[in-house]
Amino acid sequence: MSTAETVFIPATAARKTLPTPSPTRQFVAVLRAEWTKLWSVRSTLWSLLVTIAIIVGLGALFCAARVARADHLDPGELQNFDPTGFSLNGIFLAQLAVGVLGVLVMTSEYATGQIRATFGATPQRNLVLAAKVAVFMVVVFVVGLVACFTAFFIGQAILSGSTRFHSASLKDPGVIRAVVGGAMYLAVLGALGIGLGTILRRTAGAIAALVGLLLILPILVNFLPSPWNTDISKYLPLQAGNNVFHTAAQSNTDLSLWVGFAVFCAYAVASLALGAVLLARRDA
Amino acid sequence: MIEAMALTKRYGSTVAVDDLSFTVADGRVTGFLGPNGAGKSTTMRLIVGLDAPSSGRVTVNGCSYHDRRFPLHEVGALLEAKAIHPSRTARSHLRWLAQSNGISPRRVDEVLEQVGISAVARKRAGTFSLGMSQRLGIAAALLGDPEVLLLDEPVNGLDPEGIQWVRRLLRSLASEGRTVFVSSHLMSEMALTADHLIVIGKGRLITDASVEDVIAQASANHVKVVSPQSAALRSLITAAGADVEADADDTLIVTGLECREVGIIAANGGITLYELSRQEASLEEAFMEMTRDSVEYLADPNAAGSAA
Repeated sequence: MSTAETVFIPATAARKTLPTPSPTRQFVAVLRAEWTKLWSVRSTLWSLLVTIAIIVGLGALFCAARVARADHLDPGELQNFDPTGFSLNGIFLAQLAVGVLGVLVMTSEYATGQIRATFGATPQRNLVLAAKVAVFMVVVFVVGLVACFTAFFIGQAILSGSTRFHSASLKDPGVIRAVVGGAMYLAVLGALGIGLGTILRRTAGAIAALVGLLLILPILVNFLPSPWNTDISKYLPLQAGNNVFHTAAQSNTDLSLWVGFAVFCAYAVASLALGAVLLARRDA
Repeated sequence: MIEAMALTKRYGSTVAVDDLSFTVADGRVTGFLGPNGAGKSTTMRLIVGLDAPSSGRVTVNGCSYHDRRFPLHEVGALLEAKAIHPSRTARSHLRWLAQSNGISPRRVDEVLEQVGISAVARKRAGTFSLGMSQRLGIAAALLGDPEVLLLDEPVNGLDPEGIQWVRRLLRSLASEGRTVFVSSHLMSEMALTADHLIVIGKGRLITDASVEDVIAQASANHVKVVSPQSAALRSLITAAGADVEADADDTLIVTGLECREVGIIAANGGITLYELSRQEASLEEAFMEMTRDSVEYLADPNAAGSAA
């Protein structure tokens, strides 16, 4: 305190060395930002809770209904029964919640105009897209694991209430792959939602495209004469992808399990690649 | 410092920014003026790389915006106050912005404090008034303690206290040596805040000059003279070759002569004067005159009420 001299540092002098982060450090920063964005809107938590509720609830409902009607089932219904896949059938509805949330990850930024703040903070737009996809896929995968394992255990507990058919255990061949496959299917679907959202930028249009691709296109292809209908429909995303969460093929015309899942992933990759190209070329 | 070089932006057949070149220097507030639709916001978007120019280029501190990985440390921008997800809190909004550029989370609370919205930091942005959103937008611009600030219509929606606060803030930021580039369609506001003006109309540069020069150049400067013998004075002044308009019964507005010349004419004619004063054009009038030819949407004064 002897020569107490206040040194005044003007803001300009303090502003010195500007950070020149490595690409990796920047990506980590953008990942953290996208994580914060995802969890700081309420719709995220609600959509994910709804996803879990649908997968667990619908799975239990289907299993309970089957047990209740156990003595009245057709021989066909008893043959080739896949208790694992059966307990995970809620995914067919829950995929909409995940896909729509994926769409919103991108389109809500365009709808609010916040995309300008995002790209103003990170001019490397494809890095933002990559961070969004990475964060969302991890979150959906974890939520999917929780939902699918819960649905599996509850479903099997209910199915074991009848002696007319068997229930599955995790030790059975393909069971763990199918349950984990449910989470993988949802994570890839979320990426497809982000891709469609990036291409179309509008929420309504991107959701329509998602529903059309997943649910409407199979109906339309079905009107084609055979063998065109089966030849084409096995390449549609839902039919190509859904065997990953079953232990037996759903139809004998389906692609083999991993080929089908690769085709399903290709839809997500293609939508993201097109989105990335458009992102770089368009004005924000 | 911001440098635009022959910057041009076309949207289809519309030219929003037309061969625009200017330099925004540091250490002063530069006002960016133009009527609605003049291309101010487009220019701002081009500066921060949100839109790509059709031709020409613009740099901030010598390099293109895209070359930066953490640009918020160097450039802070307020483009649209309401461009925030409505269900995110003010604090969360600033938090993700800070994270994306490796800015310490402490800065979030600092800027919230600085713009005076700490009390509503945990409220959702959708519940904010336009004034509060503007403050949040300014907080976001200040987050990285940037050397260059771009603010698009920052006083929009602010109350008088808020407007004064923005004025003081901009002046103090400039006095710290920063580049402050602020757009407005309100000339009167700029007269109180800016040191230098860049005026554009229909995407083209109209004026790039200091505030004093812009006012001095305005041809609307005139002399007001009040006399009980205004009719006699009027004919004498007209004879001297100046333009005169009668404002009220005994008041004349003279253009083309200075006060002393009017005074001499009156004395020579033995005319009594009650008042003789130089009327400086307001910046507003100077601006209207400059941009008259480039106003996008002009109301036809004769059209009013004629439809009835």
